[in-house]
Order: sequence, then structure tokens, then C-alpha cells
Amino acid sequence: MWSLFLRDIRLNIRAGGGALTGVIFFLAVIATIPFGVGPDLKLLARIGPAILWIGALLSCLLGLDRLFQADREDGSLDLLVLGNDRHMLALTVLTKCLAHWAGSVLPLVIAAPLLGLFMNMEPLGIGATALALLVGTPAITFIGAAGAAVAVALPRGGLLISVLVLPLTIPVLIFGVSASYGATANPDPFLQPFLILAALTLFLSVLGPVSAALALRHGTD
Amino acid sequence: MRLIAENLGGERGGDTVFAGIGFALEDGQALVVTGPNGSGKSTLLRVIAGLLPVAEGSVKIEGGGEAFPSIASACHYLGHQNAMKPALSVAENLRFWRDFNGDGQLGVEEALETVGLGGIGHLPFGYLSTGQRRRSAIAKLLVSHRPLWLLDEPTAGLDKASEGRFAGLMTRHCADGGMIVAATHLPLGLDGAKGLVMGELLPQQGTAS
Repeated sequence: MWSLFLRDIRLNIRAGGGALTGVIFFLAVIATIPFGVGPDLKLLARIGPAILWIGALLSCLLGLDRLFQADREDGSLDLLVLGNDRHMLALTVLTKCLAHWAGSVLPLVIAAPLLGLFMNMEPLGIGATALALLVGTPAITFIGAAGAAVAVALPRGGLLISVLVLPLTIPVLIFGVSASYGATANPDPFLQPFLILAALTLFLSVLGPVSAALALRHGTD
Repeated sequence: MRLIAENLGGERGGDTVFAGIGFALEDGQALVVTGPNGSGKSTLLRVIAGLLPVAEGSVKIEGGGEAFPSIASACHYLGHQNAMKPALSVAENLRFWRDFNGDGQLGVEEALETVGLGGIGHLPFGYLSTGQRRRSAIAKLLVSHRPLWLLDEPTAGLDKASEGRFAGLMTRHCADGGMIVAATHLPLGLDGAKGLVMGELLPQQGTAS
């Protein structure tokens, strides 16, 4: 399992892996918002956490279609499925998800505080948003894995995955954003939505890989 | 260990590709599947591996014990694709499959030497020629031990010398008590292998002689 994790990380980082695509897209989205909204610093600070979350969510969806498709095209997926007796397929999928998260999504979380400055957010708000992203984005990857497994055989599956996955990520977005706001807006709580966000991630870390494994098992042809 | 197929049928997209296939392989035996394009050789191999559902009949492995309870756990499947990543070096690819599949047998360098690719382990897989890619995929069969090899056109793209070397590898695998099911158009140079001719969907035609 560790070797699979390392392999996927390496593939992500090396040429053509697309680890940077998400970050560049994230940067592009956040950097254009202030120009679109105008120089209203108060407004920017108010919508900052929400914009960061939406940007991160969309960037997460960008690379998801390659999660299994690359392995399918070169035949690796068949062998990963055949390894089911030694490594439960759901665990293989979980490992691939974690590698994908560490390679493609973690850079977004690291870039988020910097981009928070673009949005004139205060330090506490930036910290809370980065923390919420750190805890919440794995959930998006886990849901996305199920979508990617369903669409693995489709040549242009990326769009379908986004359409399939986006509605399911809404709860993550809602609790992520409310946790981010909770740290700065006084009457709103931080801890409760943050804990629900953590629970969502834990719940989906089981449900996502198991359903993705099921889809992969029956999707081979 | 025995691999037994009884009245096996397979389908692709709802259409029956073959039916009524039956054979039994013992330790040390090989089965060479031949037939025209579209007769279902690849489908048969994928059905045996368990990558496609069995449409009718059954295929199972007996006597695998705890180590190899199912065909999937007992087989190496070498399909049309090589299952190697172009961005990683040959050695990294092989090391990964060795770790992932377990039951390590030959070392990575040793396996590459065996297929005649010694000293190129550091090159990215994407730099290799078609024949070299196929040979490094064959090296993948050697780095971890599996009693059953399912080979789909294993010699596609290989030159004469490599074909001969691969025939030697298969013979040695059988001599060590392994089993091979190979689908091919080209003669593989396997002495004493059983033959199975896949025909034009005539159910009784495809029985092992």
C-alpha cells in the first residue's frame, strides 16, 4: 500500500502529472475575484472564506477524472482489481485517494493562506479557513473517487464527474464555510460546524472508497 | 493445483462471444489458445482472470490452499497493455509491482537481466521501444511468484531472440510446476502444450484436445 502511495505521488509530481494544474486554477480564480468585485475591502473580507472554499472545491474537481482513467488506459487498473484478495480493493482506492489528495489538493490548502491575503481576510479568518480546508477537502476527494470510478470508461468523463460529484459536495461546502466564518463572526460557533466537517470526512472516507471499489469491480470490460 | 473450466461461456456487451469451452490444466501444463480475430481469446482470458463475469458454466482453481484461494490471487495477467507508467523508470515500475503483488521472487535487476534488458532499469519506461516495453512487462511476471500465467498475445512486438528467450522462461515456469494459459497468433515454442482452438461460435468446437 505504501508503495502504491509513493508511486501515485511520484506520478503526480513528475511531468504530465498535473499536480500544479489545480493550484494554478485556484490562483486564477481567487486572483480575478477582486477585479470583478471591485476595490471594496470590507466586501472582499466578508466573502473571502466562501470564495476560497468555492475556488478550492472547483480546483479539487479538476484532476479527479484522471484518478482511475490513467491506470485504466495502461492496464494497471486490471492488476489493481485482480489484487483484491491481497489488498482489499476499497483500501487500494483509499490509498489512491490519499495520494491524490497529498499530491494535488494539499498544495491548494497550503496556497489558501496566501490567497486569503488577496481577499483582505484577517489572520484568524485565514487560519480558520485553511484549517477547515485541511479537514474538509479529503471528503471532496473521497466523493470524487466514487464519481471517477463510475465514469472511468468514458473518454470525456471529467464533465460528468463534476456534475455527479458537485451536488454531493454541497454539505462539505456548507459546513466548511460556516466553520471558516465561525472563527471571525462573533455569535457564530466555530467548533460545531468544524466537528461536523470532520465527521463528514471520516464518514466519506469509508463510503467513497467502498462505492468506488464496487463501481470499479463491475466496470471492467 | 488444477485449473478447471467447464462449459464456460463469455459475453461482451450482451452478445455471446464463446460458449461451451472446457479444459483442465494440471501443475506444469500449458494451454495455447488460438483462433481468428474476434473469436474471443482475450475475452476468455479476462473471464478466467475474473475481470469479466462468467456468462455460463464455471472456471475455478483447486488445491491452491490458503495462499491462492482464487484464480485472481493465483494469476499473473499480462494483457495487451503493459501496465507500466511511462513517467516512471523501468526499475521503479517493477519495484512497485513487486511490492504491491507480494510473493517476491527475482530481484528487479535480476529479472531485467533475465529478459535481456540488464542495465536499462534507470530509463523512463516511456523511452523504451515497443519490444523493450513488452520485455519489461514480461519481467513483471518474474518479480513476484504466481503459479498461473494468463498471457494475452505475450510475444506481440518481440524479435526472434526475445521470443526464444521467452519460450525458455515459459518452459522453466512449467517445469517448476506453474501453469500457463496463452492466447496467441504466433507459435510460442512451448513443447507439449495443450491446444484450444476458438471457432466461429460452434459450442462443441472449442473443447480442449
